[in-house]
Amino acid sequence: MRQKITCTINGEKKTIYVRQATILLDMLRDELGLTGAKPGCKNGDCGTCTILKGNRPMKSCLMLAVEADGENFTTIEGLKDTPIQKAFLEKFAFQCGYCTSGFIMNCHALSICQPNATAYDIKNWLQSNICRCTGYEEIKEAMLEVLQNRHCNSKKI
Amino acid sequence: MIRQSVPRIEGNNKVTGAAKYTADNIQNGMLHARLVTSSHAHANIISIDTSKALKCSGVRAILTGKDCPVLVGSTVEDRPILAQEKVRYFGEPIAVVVADSEHEAQHACNVVHVKYDPLPNLSTVHEAMTTKQTRIHENFEHYTQLKNIRPKPKQNIANHVKIRKGNMKTGETESHVVVETTVSLPQSDHAAMETRTAKVEILPNGVVHVHSSSQAPFVIKQMISKYFMIEQNKVIVHTPFVGGAFGGKASIQLEFIAYIASKAVGGRMVAINNPREVDMVTSPVHIGMDATVKLGATIDGKLTMANIQLFFNAGAYVDESSDITNSAALNCTGPYNIKHVTCDSYCIYTNNPYATSFRGYGHGELIFAIERAIDLLAKKLRIDAITLRLKNTIKPGDTTPSQALLTKGNIGNVTSCLERVKKLIQWEEGQVTQISQNIVRAKGIACLWKASMSPTNASAGAIITFNKDGSINLNIGVVEIGNGTKTVLAQILAESLQVHESKINVNMEINTQTSPKHWKTVASTATHMVGNAVLEAAEDVKKQLKYNASFALHSRPEHLEVKNAKVYIKSNPKKYVNISDVCFGYQLTNGNTVGTFVIGHGGFIMEHLTKMNMVNGQTKPAPFWTVGAQAVEVELQTDTFYYDIIRAVTVMDAGTILNPMGAKGQVMGAMKMGLSMASREGFIYNNVGQVLNNQFRSYHMLRFGENPVYTVEFIETPQADGPYGARGLAEHGIVGMSGALANSLSAAVDTPLNQLPLYPEYIWQQKRRYKNDCN
Repeated sequence: MRQKITCTINGEKKTIYVRQATILLDMLRDELGLTGAKPGCKNGDCGTCTILKGNRPMKSCLMLAVEADGENFTTIEGLKDTPIQKAFLEKFAFQCGYCTSGFIMNCHALSICQPNATAYDIKNWLQSNICRCTGYEEIKEAMLEVLQNRHCNSKKI
Repeated sequence: MIRQSVPRIEGNNKVTGAAKYTADNIQNGMLHARLVTSSHAHANIISIDTSKALKCSGVRAILTGKDCPVLVGSTVEDRPILAQEKVRYFGEPIAVVVADSEHEAQHACNVVHVKYDPLPNLSTVHEAMTTKQTRIHENFEHYTQLKNIRPKPKQNIANHVKIRKGNMKTGETESHVVVETTVSLPQSDHAAMETRTAKVEILPNGVVHVHSSSQAPFVIKQMISKYFMIEQNKVIVHTPFVGGAFGGKASIQLEFIAYIASKAVGGRMVAINNPREVDMVTSPVHIGMDATVKLGATIDGKLTMANIQLFFNAGAYVDESSDITNSAALNCTGPYNIKHVTCDSYCIYTNNPYATSFRGYGHGELIFAIERAIDLLAKKLRIDAITLRLKNTIKPGDTTPSQALLTKGNIGNVTSCLERVKKLIQWEEGQVTQISQNIVRAKGIACLWKASMSPTNASAGAIITFNKDGSINLNIGVVEIGNGTKTVLAQILAESLQVHESKINVNMEINTQTSPKHWKTVASTATHMVGNAVLEAAEDVKKQLKYNASFALHSRPEHLEVKNAKVYIKSNPKKYVNISDVCFGYQLTNGNTVGTFVIGHGGFIMEHLTKMNMVNGQTKPAPFWTVGAQAVEVELQTDTFYYDIIRAVTVMDAGTILNPMGAKGQVMGAMKMGLSMASREGFIYNNVGQVLNNQFRSYHMLRFGENPVYTVEFIETPQADGPYGARGLAEHGIVGMSGALANSLSAAVDTPLNQLPLYPEYIWQQKRRYKNDCN
């Protein structure tokens, strides 16, 4: 039995027929070809599949596709030239690139939801994702750069 | 250009989600496979009932060991593709179900009924070595051995490597002080974020397309060809970006299963993606090791002898373990000069998951043992731990345990690395500092080395072609597994041709039909091997460009120079021709075209490597030894034994550093991996050999913010035959971390800590035991 759902992904309205047991991650990848979100554990432990539901980070393996009906999502494919993507490049904050989509989505959400995040907030927020390649320090530097610039820009205004 | 921190050339694709990995290329109509795996560590298979599963919706085929009676392996052919008659580890593949979708395949797997007759579970190397009754491979003697190994007859020992250097009796006589220590580390997982995955399609003309997340696409081609009797030109392996590997993707497993699965459904494309829980135990893991080290020294701290026994836990099948057993033995002393050395290194079958290569290839494991022993020796001699190490660092002119001669051109400067680490970690402030009543800070030191071992004929190639605008295509067979090799190779080519690297397009996806063969992307050798091939190809290109330009510039080729996308007259740089005008011959004003179509090619084959002498281990196993020194500082709560790793330092001599930020990133990442492994990683088994923590919820790795502050510096003693003097460095940051962490914690609690992972609970137990022993 497939169920019809309608949701907005990266600003585009989509209508999809999904199995009731399909997780959102598989729907994004298999039905829509949005393979930026990666399967890492499909258990909510590693964060490689992180996307945004509204402005909040969501592990897309922990949500059923049918729960997506009427919701608004952003995947890595929906981010273009954001400060966090630029910072990841400049700070060498990735190597193999597999966890990168998820990390960037989570960092991006943090910069929106908590622009004045403290070091403690950053640690708490980003512990949900695993990177096996970097030392994490590079990711922290990228995150701090975005937060500091955001802070400076808002001061200017 | 070299020596610049050029950002990854594929970076933009990775930060936008556009970079494609093997499982991202989803095709309409492709079938999916899932595995039925063993719930026993050691058992005879009585029966496999697939009747119910075959009736499930969407199921197209189910295969068991009977359908593919072939044994595979890289050293000894000991492993069935699907279990035959018995299972030897928890998680071993027993059957494969092919279905229209993953969930249908999984559903059918759940109703395959396997009946077992349990056998004794040999869960440790000691059990496996001492038992007389139980053999994990009863037919070992009938297996085909592909490499020179020395198994012990009728035992669970697949390889025994002997190192005999100098004279142990003399060594013992010269020793005023002797220490002996025993260490142990468990099997653990590579845990690359991308699980292992493969797809196979067999076309009607017989051509087999394999898509695999692999470090060794060219080995897959050879293996599929060999075991299924297909000509090599009919096997094409495709490898796009790989989502982390760390040695775990150099082994061939799912590719065989996907092949037989595709064959069973008329050649249709079949994909097999490991779920995490399967990836962690069914596919090969990080080797475990127990070791005993006996070191002798004079009263003033000069090392006189080493007697080392290494017991590697290969798990159920040998795969790379016998070579790791070799690798560790050949370099068993660490970067210290010891005249008299005996080492017995054993590769032991157990009923644990089977092991394969892992970052460090035996060196991280043996260094843990050596560095613990050196700290104990320092304590016994009452000599400062760094002073003792400085007295014994290995240098050019010395020989390794395998009696390979070290030269200025093939090893870095351990002494300089150690002296620099001493400063950076502020050693003079003291090893242990009491911060408050319940908090203590402590530092630990370890030296590292690793030889990049390969077959004596390992090879690599490079092909350079041009586009009409003079921009360059570089085609190489090295896989981008995350260490940025392709960016460094573009830098090497840019330096040689004196162009900006933005003019160079490096192939990201490997296609074994069109890319030049590369041994495999392992052993931190890609920059050395492929870099040298690229330099040779660049020289070839320059020669051809100058030949074509000689017509345009009316000059002899030897009077010309290639630079800035132009060919100049050396004596008059104002006269030049653009590369775009001479890369496809040179067109004269009357339309006639002269010269040659420029295609550059270069190759590299390892030189001067020798096979090992089976009596004393004598060999030159590698082109270079990258060395370094590392330090760790911890802050430990003396009441709970919880600790934070607050600082970690590495100074490494990897020759010329071609991409400073890239190199630093490799070292930091490896340090983190080493600290994660040493502090919290390891499989936990129940009493029947089932792995209890085969998912990230229960298998803990270092997470964001748990990492230390890193300091990474380089000493640059050039490698004589490395591209622009570079040596490999991608693995090495992991090598000394276990030793340095264990040394810091041992100092913090004033108790020898010789077992990984260093859980607070273990430290508490050891402290209590040590206190009782002392009383």
